[in-house]
Amino acid sequence: MLLAALPLTPLAAAVATVAIPADGARRLVLVAAAVLHAVLTAATFAHPPQPAWGGLLCLDAPGQLFLALASALFLAASVYAAGYLRHEGANATKRDFQDGAAFVNAPERIFTMCLCLFLCAMTVVCATRNLSVLWVGIEATTLSSAPLIYFHRHRRSLEATWKYLVICSVGIALALLGNILFSVAFFDPAAPLASMDLAAMLPRAAEAAKPWLRAAFIFVLVGYGSKMGLAPMHNWLPDAHSQSPSLVSALLSGALLNCAFLGILRAGQVLAAAGMADFSGELLVLFGLVSLATAAVFIVGLGDYKRLLAYSSVEHMGILALGVGIGGGATFGAMLHAVNHSLTKGALFLLSGNILAVYHTRSCHDARGVSRALPVTAALWLAGFLAICGSPPFGIFVSELTILQAMLAGGHTVSATLFLVLLAVIFVGMSVPVLRMVQGPLPPATSRPGPESPLAVLPPLALLCATLVLGLYLPRGLSAFLHQAASALVLGG
Amino acid sequence: MELYHSVMVALLCVDLAFLAVTRLRSLTRLTAVQGALLALVPVLSAPAGDSGHMALLSLAVLAIKGVGFPWLLARTLTRLEVNPVVEPYLGFNLSLLAGVSGLLFSLWLETRLPFPPGLFPPLLFPTALTTIFTGLTLVIARRKALTQVIGYLAAENGIFLLGTPLSVQGSVWLELSVLLDVFVAVFVMGIAIHHINKTFESIDVGRFCTLRD
Repeated sequence: MLLAALPLTPLAAAVATVAIPADGARRLVLVAAAVLHAVLTAATFAHPPQPAWGGLLCLDAPGQLFLALASALFLAASVYAAGYLRHEGANATKRDFQDGAAFVNAPERIFTMCLCLFLCAMTVVCATRNLSVLWVGIEATTLSSAPLIYFHRHRRSLEATWKYLVICSVGIALALLGNILFSVAFFDPAAPLASMDLAAMLPRAAEAAKPWLRAAFIFVLVGYGSKMGLAPMHNWLPDAHSQSPSLVSALLSGALLNCAFLGILRAGQVLAAAGMADFSGELLVLFGLVSLATAAVFIVGLGDYKRLLAYSSVEHMGILALGVGIGGGATFGAMLHAVNHSLTKGALFLLSGNILAVYHTRSCHDARGVSRALPVTAALWLAGFLAICGSPPFGIFVSELTILQAMLAGGHTVSATLFLVLLAVIFVGMSVPVLRMVQGPLPPATSRPGPESPLAVLPPLALLCATLVLGLYLPRGLSAFLHQAASALVLGG
Repeated sequence: MELYHSVMVALLCVDLAFLAVTRLRSLTRLTAVQGALLALVPVLSAPAGDSGHMALLSLAVLAIKGVGFPWLLARTLTRLEVNPVVEPYLGFNLSLLAGVSGLLFSLWLETRLPFPPGLFPPLLFPTALTTIFTGLTLVIARRKALTQVIGYLAAENGIFLLGTPLSVQGSVWLELSVLLDVFVAVFVMGIAIHHINKTFESIDVGRFCTLRD
């Protein structure tokens, strides 16, 4: 009952937002749906829910973790959206600040509806252990989020949307091929596999054909990896993140990339149950390090602060893949890292929206003196930068240290050295533009804005406070839960 | 069984034709032919006693892949009023060569892979793999946004073909939801193409060059 209500809540809200003509009431529905979804998600921790929809929806620890992240981030983004949409106003023609061309926004009704559908699709992805349903859900996240990227209807956002649609659709088609190869691996005319549910696959994984399992994992990794933003399949990510409204970037980076990662983790569970965790682990480590290196190369000298955050997401997805690939204690570190990254990156993208709204530029050379124009945003922006680069006392420091310790304990000295060097390069690469933005005089053309709206600063503040708390103190209940999620992945249970 | 072989050979011919034709209109027609041929596969390969659910799947495939997609694509094409010529990055002769190489590679791969006995009927694996190659070639080697959608569809058709022998009883709704997803994907891409045409006054993706580092 509880599990069935989770995806239905945003679905009902999507229908309601289309039907409601008044903008204010529609924004209220959006926030109400987000609150209800968060409450229901919290309730799954108090009362472990029964499987729903004939067993298709079934919540285990890894799914519950990513569901909670998506729900929390959506709540923050929807509160932010209430202020953002009011500020964006009605369908007046606007001037593009980059090339001066006229454009309009997509109708708010469609935007809000797609937001709700996006949450619905992500909920299905997190709340299923059936690989086929997972595929359908991930493809649905692509389709419901594409119109969100194209909210500002100008050339560059259209270009970004098209790249996103084509690259992710083709990528996800490859993941479908991976699913088919999984069924080839489990093919047995005498006892056909009941379904693509992990409950049916894991007990039989040891007898499955190993070469086909390998091929299947590679296709799933490349397919969902393109959606997750693992290099070298990450090309859509900086474009989509920089062109979409900031609250959408926050959701893409903090929630959607995790969902794609969950797809890879599910395939990894099957391989772990077949005793092939070494094979999947090596591939994940390889892709993780390549992603870190790619992010480091592009972050140094980058002049666009939203693209900077996007490449930082490539970096952190690399760290997640690396952590899970190393296995052991690093898997726990990766789970903790997923939590911290979602909270921090969500906050940073929301803050970048505040800066963009005042300066009308994404260039970190032109957006100077943020501390004078937007004091609260500037303080949070600086704190967020420190957090995302892994400085103490924020949570990412703890999770990166956990992963590093596990790497050294496991004898992965080369990977650990590379990891540290790349993190240092990224830290320096990010600190230059961020510090330049915070300091300095206000550009002459920028008028000093009024006091900052609570709707614009409270959601990022809440997210950053959460990651600060996780850096100082990891509650025992959360730690036990993350260990449970990690052990499900390591043991393939 | 003979009809089944003919379908496979026809699908291979459609693949090569996809790479050779020079008109957008011919591409949308080929999509219809491919969809109709695919609709035959579930019925022809249905095991005895399981024809009901396979017939349902065939009907759905015919409706969506054989009629729905080509109709959507043709409608988009009519409304766009674009230059009806396929503009390649990779020339037609080279594309054909790539297609034939893909076919030869698939045939070679079939002899090398340890297939579970009784899983794939003869010719199905190379046909499916060649279709996937063809689709991906169209996505990469053609300039127009519409040809990318057609390529995506062709690749998806290849994956569908590979999946048909594995579809188990009671999973029809799953196949249907995959079909629905792809249908919505093509629909959304169609809307995006309209916007591209309006904004860029062309559907040439070569003009997408503003976003880079």
